[in-house]
Amino acid sequence: MPETAITIENLGKRYIIGHQRAKGDGMRHAIESAMRAPVAWLRTRRERKLQLVDFWALKEVCLEIKQGEVIGVIGRNGAGKSTLLKILSRITVPTAGRVVIDGRTASLLEVGTGFHPELTGRENIFLNGAILGMTRAEIIRKFDEIVEFSEIEEFLDTPVKRYSSGMYVRLAFAVAAHLEPEILIVDEVLAVGDAAFQRKCLGKMGSFADSGRTVIFVSHNMEAVRSLCQRAIWLKEGRVHQDGKVDEIIETYFNSVAGDVSVPVANPDYGLTVQKVALKTSLGAESGQFRPGDDMVVEVTYDAHRRIEKPIVAFGVIGANGSCFTSNMLLDGHRPDLLEGRGQITCTFKSIPLLPQTYTVKMIVRAANVEDIIVKYQEVACFNVVGDLAEYGYKGDFLTYASQSTPVVVPYEWQLPDGTRIDVALSRRPLDPPDRIFSEVVRHL
Amino acid sequence: MSQLVIEAGRTEQQYWRDLWSYRELFYFLAWRDLLVRYKQTAVGVGWSIIRPLLTMLVLTVVFGKLGKMPSGGVPYSLLVFSGMLPWLFFSTAMSESGNSLVQNSNLISKVYFPRLIIIVSSVIASFVDFLISAVFLVGLMIWFRYAPPINVFFLPFFVLLAFAASLGVGLWIAALMVQYRDFRFIVPFMVQFGLYISPVGFQSSVVPERFRLLYSLNPMVGVIDGFRWCLLGRQNVHWSGLAVSVAGVIVLITSGLRYFRKTEQTFADVI
Repeated sequence: MPETAITIENLGKRYIIGHQRAKGDGMRHAIESAMRAPVAWLRTRRERKLQLVDFWALKEVCLEIKQGEVIGVIGRNGAGKSTLLKILSRITVPTAGRVVIDGRTASLLEVGTGFHPELTGRENIFLNGAILGMTRAEIIRKFDEIVEFSEIEEFLDTPVKRYSSGMYVRLAFAVAAHLEPEILIVDEVLAVGDAAFQRKCLGKMGSFADSGRTVIFVSHNMEAVRSLCQRAIWLKEGRVHQDGKVDEIIETYFNSVAGDVSVPVANPDYGLTVQKVALKTSLGAESGQFRPGDDMVVEVTYDAHRRIEKPIVAFGVIGANGSCFTSNMLLDGHRPDLLEGRGQITCTFKSIPLLPQTYTVKMIVRAANVEDIIVKYQEVACFNVVGDLAEYGYKGDFLTYASQSTPVVVPYEWQLPDGTRIDVALSRRPLDPPDRIFSEVVRHL
Repeated sequence: MSQLVIEAGRTEQQYWRDLWSYRELFYFLAWRDLLVRYKQTAVGVGWSIIRPLLTMLVLTVVFGKLGKMPSGGVPYSLLVFSGMLPWLFFSTAMSESGNSLVQNSNLISKVYFPRLIIIVSSVIASFVDFLISAVFLVGLMIWFRYAPPINVFFLPFFVLLAFAASLGVGLWIAALMVQYRDFRFIVPFMVQFGLYISPVGFQSSVVPERFRLLYSLNPMVGVIDGFRWCLLGRQNVHWSGLAVSVAGVIVLITSGLRYFRKTEQTFADVI
């Protein structure tokens, strides 16, 4: 029976959210209210009640994590994943409950925390290492390994502000990868870097897990969670919704989030509320499942309390390995002149050329000046592509591999040495079973 | 194996142990501040001499030549520089450490270590500048052929006092700045006024005797007088004034530490 590494009892974290500080959080407010206090404390109290809202980012979370377990924490944005990690890595304190951690812990909530752009690669290795909790002696000992892993040897004495973003991330991860904690807490750090580098990181984390150490891993990348973790914890609205074997949890997670999964998003600065993001079939039915080659309609219902002129909307469809395709007004230049009151914007992706896998839809809305972001880039919907590839003329022996393949398939044509030509495409919609029966019947007649 | 308990409102015992295990970070953060401060400057560390030198010239002309303040038989520029040394240390340490938490907000929201380290290292970084300017003071004393009195052996005490005063004020300002960015505007004022309120360009003996104790509430009065007493030795120590200044520093640093520790837990949420 392995020992317990982390025990979490009734953990809760409350944030007090002010409503876009109409009065200001600054000192003037503090002084003002102190001076007004004797006169109108009743009034200010009432105002404050209106302004401040309690928000429990985490509530009554109980977990026991054994030594050597590799745990994936999943859940929608705002479900409390990051808050949980922040408490476990002691960046913030809980409002309620307690956590007992046995073992040296390192947390990696961001790659390259504390990197200073003016300093050279060499200097940053030392600085970053020290910030992550390594001693000087430890850094000197591992220095060569870190440099080798990062593949930036020749730029070691160049300020990192001159690095490409790829080099920057490689160096940063290299330092972090050489921490030797007993418990590792990782947040979504694999979301950066190119595919090859991501694989390298995943490999490093895998070997870390194989060496019997405890890992807590937060990611939106379900394939990464599935391949690394045995156990998954699904957080929903600050509570542990489900806890169990990774495959089962991810399965139910997807079934539940597919379809209408939009979180209402509001940006009071612009007076815009995104009330709903729905995925619909070309017939107008809401759905979380599509077949390869179907049309998929992304429908955004918004309420603009103030006039928003010429916003720039973009959608991205994201698969397990990254972005698949996008519709982006920043590029195509077609923008609504004005958003005012309630309304809808839809975008139809025609005959989606996707293999049966799970995808998310992300959205961003920028202001007319491009720089200001009205709705930050975030996941707004999630869908599954399902279907039997055999119906599309696929007849390989390894069709199950489709779940891990590069997901986008543009129509292509093979030409074999003997001159045979074969078209392959996911865009042709196969006949629905009843139709096929009907056509068979017709043929027999 | 180390066991760590995270609980609402309980971090105290762990804190001082963490401070010890992260002790190397004091050095690394101070080292970073120093490296970064003079990167891409042509004169580099020279600035930590040019700055006090120019201020000294101005103050010598204004107070010594134009204002004809008494110098007590010491070259006026030496008088000014010996006051300027601790003052510049105090003022840079105060503004650097006051800004340090906000400047390092990315660290605070992404990684744990005792936040006190950030404040202390920025004071240490300013202290290194202080040491460099101190070398210049030695040169100035040789130039004027002015031998320091035996009191010079008490100098470390006043250096410590200056350090404690800077840290005390730095803790307060840094913690307050997290919540109230107003201090970003207040600190430059404090530095500007402080130069004239503190006895930098003149001797504190010009202050009427009945106001001396009140005047000593400014902790830098005790520090600057102490520096002059150690380095120039002409003036006697104003003991009750010094006692007030020392008490002031002690109050400042203990209250600063307490306030800092109290608010530290919420830094990541507020910043």
